[in-house]
Amino acid sequence: MSKKRSIGQILGPLAIPLIAIGILVIFNLIRDPEFFSIVIKHNNDGNAVLAGNLISIVNGASELAILAMGMTIVTAACGGQDISVGAAAAIAGSMFVKVLKSVQEITGVTVVLAFLAACVIAMIFGAFNGTLVAVFKIQPMIATLILYTCGRSIAYWINGGATPSVESSILNAWGSFIPGIPIPTPVLIVILMAIIFGLLFKFTSLRLFTQSVGINESAAKLNGINATWIKLLSFIILGVCVAVAGTIGVSRLGLINHETLLLDVEMDTILAVAIGGNSLGGGRFRLSGSIIGAYVIQMLTITLYAMKVPSTDVKAYKAIVIVILVVIGSPVVKKKFSKFVGDLRRKRAARSENSEKGAA
Amino acid sequence: MQEASLLELRGIEKRFPGVLALNNVDFTLQSGEIHALMGENGAGKSTLIKILTGVYPMDGGSVTVEGKKVHIASPQDAQNNGISTVYQEITLCPNLTVAENMYIGRDKGLMVKQKDYEKRADEILSQLQIPARARQQLGNCSLAVQQMVAIARAVDMQCKVLILDEPTSSLDDKEVNMLFSLMRDLKARGVGIIFVTHFLEQVYEVCDRITVLRNGELVGEYLVEDLPQVQLVAKMMGKELEELNSLSETEEKKSATGETFYEAEDLSSSAAFPFNYSIKKGEVNGFTGLLGSGRSESVRAIFGADKVNSGTVKVKGKPVKINKPIDAMKNGIGYLAEDRKRDGIISELSVRENIILAMQVMKGFWRPISRSEQEAFADEYIKALNIKTASRETPIGSLSGGNQQKVILARWLLTHPEYLILDEPTRGIDVGTKLEIQKLVLKLAEDGVSVTFISSEVEEMLRTCSRLIVMRDRHIVGELTGSDLNQAQVMKTIAGGEAKNNE
Repeated sequence: MSKKRSIGQILGPLAIPLIAIGILVIFNLIRDPEFFSIVIKHNNDGNAVLAGNLISIVNGASELAILAMGMTIVTAACGGQDISVGAAAAIAGSMFVKVLKSVQEITGVTVVLAFLAACVIAMIFGAFNGTLVAVFKIQPMIATLILYTCGRSIAYWINGGATPSVESSILNAWGSFIPGIPIPTPVLIVILMAIIFGLLFKFTSLRLFTQSVGINESAAKLNGINATWIKLLSFIILGVCVAVAGTIGVSRLGLINHETLLLDVEMDTILAVAIGGNSLGGGRFRLSGSIIGAYVIQMLTITLYAMKVPSTDVKAYKAIVIVILVVIGSPVVKKKFSKFVGDLRRKRAARSENSEKGAA
Repeated sequence: MQEASLLELRGIEKRFPGVLALNNVDFTLQSGEIHALMGENGAGKSTLIKILTGVYPMDGGSVTVEGKKVHIASPQDAQNNGISTVYQEITLCPNLTVAENMYIGRDKGLMVKQKDYEKRADEILSQLQIPARARQQLGNCSLAVQQMVAIARAVDMQCKVLILDEPTSSLDDKEVNMLFSLMRDLKARGVGIIFVTHFLEQVYEVCDRITVLRNGELVGEYLVEDLPQVQLVAKMMGKELEELNSLSETEEKKSATGETFYEAEDLSSSAAFPFNYSIKKGEVNGFTGLLGSGRSESVRAIFGADKVNSGTVKVKGKPVKINKPIDAMKNGIGYLAEDRKRDGIISELSVRENIILAMQVMKGFWRPISRSEQEAFADEYIKALNIKTASRETPIGSLSGGNQQKVILARWLLTHPEYLILDEPTRGIDVGTKLEIQKLVLKLAEDGVSVTFISSEVEEMLRTCSRLIVMRDRHIVGELTGSDLNQAQVMKTIAGGEAKNNE
């Protein structure tokens, strides 16, 4: 038993996403030492705010990071993914705007009410997905395909086919900056969500029960865990994340476009979970991994844009990098790598032993 | 010996992180012999077999088949060298048919005539008298039949070396005998068989030689007639075993006379026919019967593990509803499931998490046990039950079978049950641990806990139970107490009056 531990062991399962971030940072620094410089600018409201590539990366990944947290719980409990989060976010966003449009004046209270309405509708659709998965035992991807297909149509109906815009300083505070605070609000919301999840894990048995159900449902049931409820709960939790992400998206733009809001976000979300070192087959999970995974994806996108890659080509380049990441993180490569390191160490040990003998 | 042995392993070494699983182990197998590989859990039997079958690479040593040095890097290599294995846990695919399972992964070309191999499979199945049809879905067969299909698969591969890793742990006596006659048949044809089992009697029934491992090292190789059973156990455990005898001789089985703890009338579930049953405080009883007689189904109904259809249940005289496991747990009932891997362990979670699981469920979702308390509980039970694990944070899946079982036991003991149902707690685990579990059962009863102890080894039940409930064809057909508690009477009751013509 050697006391020395490899880099992989020290970083643990977060090795891949952390190394990916490291490489992206180094790459960008070489390419352009100014890439990560942060400046203080004044925005339209006259607030002093932070700006720069790093800020836009962290800010831009917010919705993805929030969705990835919820997706991690669903993945862990159900061993499958929800592919309807983008569509569900459009529904939540539409509801948010609908409520805001129906009041005379947008105040703090009405924004909170609108957000709660968005939450409720997202949780209801989450429960719908959850029921299909937990009660009717439909595979998550198939079950959520339904909402994936029809979600944006439902969003369209909510506002009668229009793409209404809403304007209010309070919304700006939700979607961009709170006056006096230089950090973008969505970043703060990610931190808040992470804290809420941390508290959930601390003050409930969510983590233990979710992992138990995900790893061995039959045993979990025989230990008295209500597996159906745990799965349903995971979808409802994801519903809350969807509402938060959807309302951020709406607030950023000041309008709801049911066709484009968080379009294709589901695949990036699932990818964030995977890059974060979580098994898509369920069971053990690490929320931090998924969050880092979200930032990896966003940093990659921004890097590509900064390199003047045409937006039509970005997806292709992204795919290349992701293939590399996923292959490096695959069990086959991991095994080969740890064997390689082990061999190397053994050879070194043998060599030092020999040299000692020689010296003697 | 002039001729080269069929299989020779020399100086085998295998390391896992933190452990030397095999240290300079030799093993020799002649053709036409049945060779028992014995040792406690963690002795290295499974590791040795996994090396031989190409599942694990070895870190040192050599493998020679019929005088030729071979390199086995994958299960495919092992098969090509005529080495076939039937594992302890079924490794077939339950959603394929029996025939598909027998021929999967062995097709030479892409074009396979389904009819041909179905016909072939049926021939072999009937030759071996295995009650399965080629086109039946494997998952619908009983565990025992699935095991036999796995053997049929190996037989069909014309293997020279057949490894049977705990093949009998889920078979009843009749099926075991069928397997033994099959093994003798193969032996006569010159196949060398490596037989791994925990049933000592079976070793003496079919084997020619015995190799004993302990803690990853070779203890020795013996002819069966040179090594009496008691000595074999001593060699495996590395200590003389007065204990083993003392348990059966001196421990007094007290017939409980206290109040009734649990009482069920006309209890039935989706898997169990209606039955009446009761157990007293501090009583140890057992359900016995052939495989499929309904003993597991009955205790599962008591625990609410299957859908309960009917029945009135009283706990301590008060009527209660037990429809789900959590209901049973809240009434002080614990249930250690028969299939440890499927229904017991949460394999990727740590020993600590596995120990506190049931207690956490009882405390509820909103009242998590603090980390420091969890660690204290885990440490307490790791010590109390002598669980061998690298640390409390080790995933339970990497422990040996016996130690996994102890963790599950700890899980239920931690809930301080008043009635503990143990369904095959000793299956597939070593003699030492079996003994520890039996002692534990008697100690629990002394402390006033009611225990139902189910084992396919009748001697174990006779040693621990003061009452045996005998089942046949999913009905209770008798209850034995007092002087009736002996093997002959049990067999007679299991067989019943019209035993002769029974299938």
